[in-house]
Amino acid sequence: MEYIKNFLKYRGLLEELVSRDIKVKYRRSALGYIWTILSPLLMMIVMSLVFSYFFRYEIENYTVYLLSGQLIFNFFSEATNQAMTSIVNNRSLLTKVHLPKYIFPLTKVMSSFVNLLFSLVAIVIMLIMTRTPITPTILLFPVSLCYLFLFALGCGLILSVFAVFFRDIYHIYSVVLTALMYFTPIFYPVSILPDYAMNLMRMNPLYHILKMFRKCILEGELPTAWEHMVCFLVSAAFLLAGLLIFKKRQDDFVMYI
Amino acid sequence: MVSVNKEIAVRVTDVTVRFNLASEKVETIKEYTVRLLKRKKVKIDEFYALKDISFEIEKGDSFALVGTNGSGKSTMLKVICGIYRPYQGRVEVEGSIAPMIELGAGFDTELTARENIYLNGCVLGYNRAFMEERFQQILDFSELWDFVDVPVKNFSSGMQARLGFAIATLVKPDILIVDEILAVGDAHFQEKCKRKMEELQSGGTTLILVSHDISQVLRTCHHAAWIHKGKLMELGEAEEVCKIYMENKDL
Repeated sequence: MEYIKNFLKYRGLLEELVSRDIKVKYRRSALGYIWTILSPLLMMIVMSLVFSYFFRYEIENYTVYLLSGQLIFNFFSEATNQAMTSIVNNRSLLTKVHLPKYIFPLTKVMSSFVNLLFSLVAIVIMLIMTRTPITPTILLFPVSLCYLFLFALGCGLILSVFAVFFRDIYHIYSVVLTALMYFTPIFYPVSILPDYAMNLMRMNPLYHILKMFRKCILEGELPTAWEHMVCFLVSAAFLLAGLLIFKKRQDDFVMYI
Repeated sequence: MVSVNKEIAVRVTDVTVRFNLASEKVETIKEYTVRLLKRKKVKIDEFYALKDISFEIEKGDSFALVGTNGSGKSTMLKVICGIYRPYQGRVEVEGSIAPMIELGAGFDTELTARENIYLNGCVLGYNRAFMEERFQQILDFSELWDFVDVPVKNFSSGMQARLGFAIATLVKPDILIVDEILAVGDAHFQEKCKRKMEELQSGGTTLILVSHDISQVLRTCHHAAWIHKGKLMELGEAEEVCKIYMENKDL
């Protein structure tokens, strides 16, 4: 109860920080917010050119397939990376004012999420351009994004704690992210994977979330109850672990940052 | 003097703050392994910033912390604000604290004064509508009308202090903490701050001041504590404490 009261008290700060993040990101660029839509589209063009020359995958509607993978993964990468450094980077504030510390990783994940939502316009554009049949299941895509948000927040909280006590995590995590990128079916179909790789792939939460997202927008299929359960349990487990670790160590932050 | 049931604003009981310098250094696996192999004890460099400090500050009192650089004054303030958690002992605080630890606390120097006012308001837990109402008041007090849309990084330290003070005293806090911040302001602004502090105090605000300026302490404070190397050396009436501090300042 006290947690909720405290959270509401600082809701204004959260809003202010998120809007600041978004403002600062595109400040002084001529096209401004348009970049949130334009840059994934341009990246998609580059990648689809590269991959349609070098590898030929049998994927229907490859551009949207690629774009959705890219957007989901980029969100995860941006959100967790920024959440990781958020505590350390806000040392000047944290060592001077008493604030709930989780605000900072939460802000970073939220501002990345807002970016992701803007970027979805790119998917809409591609869906229309490729004349993909739009089915009612598309309305279910927010559910998969919710799982994604919770999962990223959980990871971000864990990483932000690690970053305070163990700065090597910056370097380790960038390697982990690269590995994770190749281990998420962003630009290739899972059908090319041999069985043992597929079994490993199932350990990757992003694979499940991405699969659900594509099912809704591309394939017009309803995700099964089992898929929902997997995504929900994994995200909830990461979030819970993140919250517990964060809560346990947060009092020591000021001594180490 | 008979004190009958005076209300306490801040009660500090046997507070010890320990910084673990050693573990701060062990940040990489390599170093840690080397230490482990050498079987060195990691806890050799414990540093006590404060040791067994106890005092009470009454409501409406003005209290000064004096001492040399690095004696633990600012650490004490941070413990009172809830930023540092004491290793031992406890701190009880009655009422709201306006944090004014150090110069430019909570300013994002890339943002303009206007944006910083809103950001700071949020840091203190006020909502945007409330800040909009008080915006002009802050500007008038800090006298920074012409610079409202200038990034704070271009401000002089005196201007930053003005803005910080104006925001912190916006709402009557129960406890106001002033850490050296006034030293950088010009005479006109110091005078203004002094009046504002007196005004707040007559409204029941408790003032905690950290300063090297003994004459300022004597002017504004009734009680004082002298902290030296993390230990409480003297506690009592401001005049008495300052006298002893001045006599022993080469300790």
